[in-house]
Amino acid sequence: MANGNGRTALKDRVKEAQEKLWGSQVVEAILRPGSPFKQGYQDSPRNRSYVVMNNVLYHLHPVKVKRHGVKLSYTLCLGGLSFFLFIVLTITGIFLMFYYTPTGELAYDDIQRLSTDVAFGSLVRNIHRWGAHLMVLSVFLHMSRVFYHGAYKPPREFNWVVGVILLLLTLLLSFSGYLLPWDQLALWAVTVGTNMAGFVPVFGNQVKFALLAGAEVSAATLLRFYVLHVLAFPFVIVIFMAVHFWRVRKDGGVSGPL
Amino acid sequence: MVDIPEDLLRRSAEAKARALGVPVEAVLAEMTGEGPPVEVPRAEPMERPVTDAEAAAEAEPEPAMSEVPPRSQPEAEVEISQGAEPEVAAEEPKVAEYDEEPVPPAEASSEVEPVAAEAETGPAEVATLVEERPSDDGSGNGSGRLAAMVTPRPVVPPTGLPEGVRTQRLLTVVKARAIQTVKPDPTDKVNTWPHLMLMEFSALLAITGLLVVMAVVIHSPLLDPANVNLTPNPSKAPWYFLGLQELLSYFDPQIAGVMVPTFTGLIGFMLIPFIDKNPSTRPSDRKFAVMLYSIFIAGSATLTMFGVLFRGRGFNWSYPWRDGIFFDDLLDWVHFE
Ligand code: HEM
Repeated sequence: MANGNGRTALKDRVKEAQEKLWGSQVVEAILRPGSPFKQGYQDSPRNRSYVVMNNVLYHLHPVKVKRHGVKLSYTLCLGGLSFFLFIVLTITGIFLMFYYTPTGELAYDDIQRLSTDVAFGSLVRNIHRWGAHLMVLSVFLHMSRVFYHGAYKPPREFNWVVGVILLLLTLLLSFSGYLLPWDQLALWAVTVGTNMAGFVPVFGNQVKFALLAGAEVSAATLLRFYVLHVLAFPFVIVIFMAVHFWRVRKDGGVSGPL
Repeated sequence: MVDIPEDLLRRSAEAKARALGVPVEAVLAEMTGEGPPVEVPRAEPMERPVTDAEAAAEAEPEPAMSEVPPRSQPEAEVEISQGAEPEVAAEEPKVAEYDEEPVPPAEASSEVEPVAAEAETGPAEVATLVEERPSDDGSGNGSGRLAAMVTPRPVVPPTGLPEGVRTQRLLTVVKARAIQTVKPDPTDKVNTWPHLMLMEFSALLAITGLLVVMAVVIHSPLLDPANVNLTPNPSKAPWYFLGLQELLSYFDPQIAGVMVPTFTGLIGFMLIPFIDKNPSTRPSDRKFAVMLYSIFIAGSATLTMFGVLFRGRGFNWSYPWRDGIFFDDLLDWVHFE
């Protein structure tokens, strides 16, 4: 321990402090019993379980899964990727919110400034935009995967219904975001899209009015779509995702081998 | 002491008589206290199925039981009187809710018959072997399919039974309904960590890579500022709605814009699991379903492609190689920097 000076070497002191910290009540409180971070990871069935059980994200998974479900060719990870894209979109979306004002005067300029004045602004905007398109695609492909596997059959009927709602919400999220750059593309794409709402029998005009906050797309629509896009739809989709993941497990995990 | 209804008493007596191999009248007389205790033949069966009526009768010390030395399991006895007796004896003699086809009393006696299972609170609802664990409340009953309720018998056997043999009585059969899917057969499983996680992590890296490359190479469009008075020609919806917009040029907007998305798109899709009653998941067994879905995919892909590539000014038909692509979302935004 002691070196020539009768002092403890720095290396030893660091090690001592480390041990003290690792044994401290704070760390003890943070790490769950059996956490591999605490006791070191040696590959054993027990530790393999602890990895999953001691992490809030991992434990969305069961400790063990069916062997065939692990094969990439079974789910193609499409559900998981949809979820991951949603997370990426949330993170990049929060970044974008710092620089964006949902008003008729400022929205367009803000987007423009994002590409010129903000560090990584253009990159983040691009990730957000293409991520959104990819998410629509991956959710659609996920649905197709589920269909071709007949994975909506009992006991998974309800989860399919939840899934359809998730698809709808994904489209709504994407569509409401489409308006926000407030350029000609956004304005007229949304005009075309919402015109369809006007054809709803009997209540057409009312539905359209509620959607657009007016008779046609205007600054009020921008605010409405903004709030829906950054708050309402994400809130709802997270709830449905929670139900969706929960049901995947309650229904016995990913459906059986074909 | 509760008055036992006539018919219950009769059923009980019949059951007991059958079980013991003695005349019904004798048992009945014994039960009503009008006759001497029944002589039990040596060859008494060790386990006797019991009807609700007998259970009810059992709830009170009956003469036959009184031959038996003091009860050794008083708690178990309490169970009976809490759960079974009020249901069967005091209330109208209704058969348990679980009983889907009530068996006529006359034939019921020899059957394993559901009895009074619906006592909400009492342990009688629960299925356990009372013999060993009289106070087990059975709350860990989750995985059971069929559970047998067995009422306790005194540890000391009734006359005629060899030393150490205990009789058990089947009071009720409760079909436990699992609250979540119970896997009937073991499946081949692997640890989530590392097998699944590794796969997921790779997929995650791959899509992140793809996304970053896309974001660097393809720039998001930003056209002129929104101008309500200047309609671009053509005006196109985002690509995922372009299939619908394409439909609009063939059909009435009521149909293409409202009916198709709402009824086939939303409601129709939600109903798929309830319409497709075919239990098989093997592709070879569900050719029709697979075909329908494939037509749907091919159809929407075609419509979307038409909308994206083959629609020009005024949303009129155009050829991309002749007239160019009218799709601002992508056009002119590919840079290599
Ligand atoms: C935001 C959109 C969605 C997310 C994040 C999501 C996520 C997931 C995940 C992670 C799984 C686990 C298995 C797998 O990865 O394939 C799953 C399974 C499932 N999903 Fe989705 N999903 C979404 C949309 C949908 C849609 C649109 C449908 C159908 C209309 C659907 C129906 C199902 C069904 C039935 C299962 C069970 C599949 C099985 O057991 O094999 N989901 N979902």
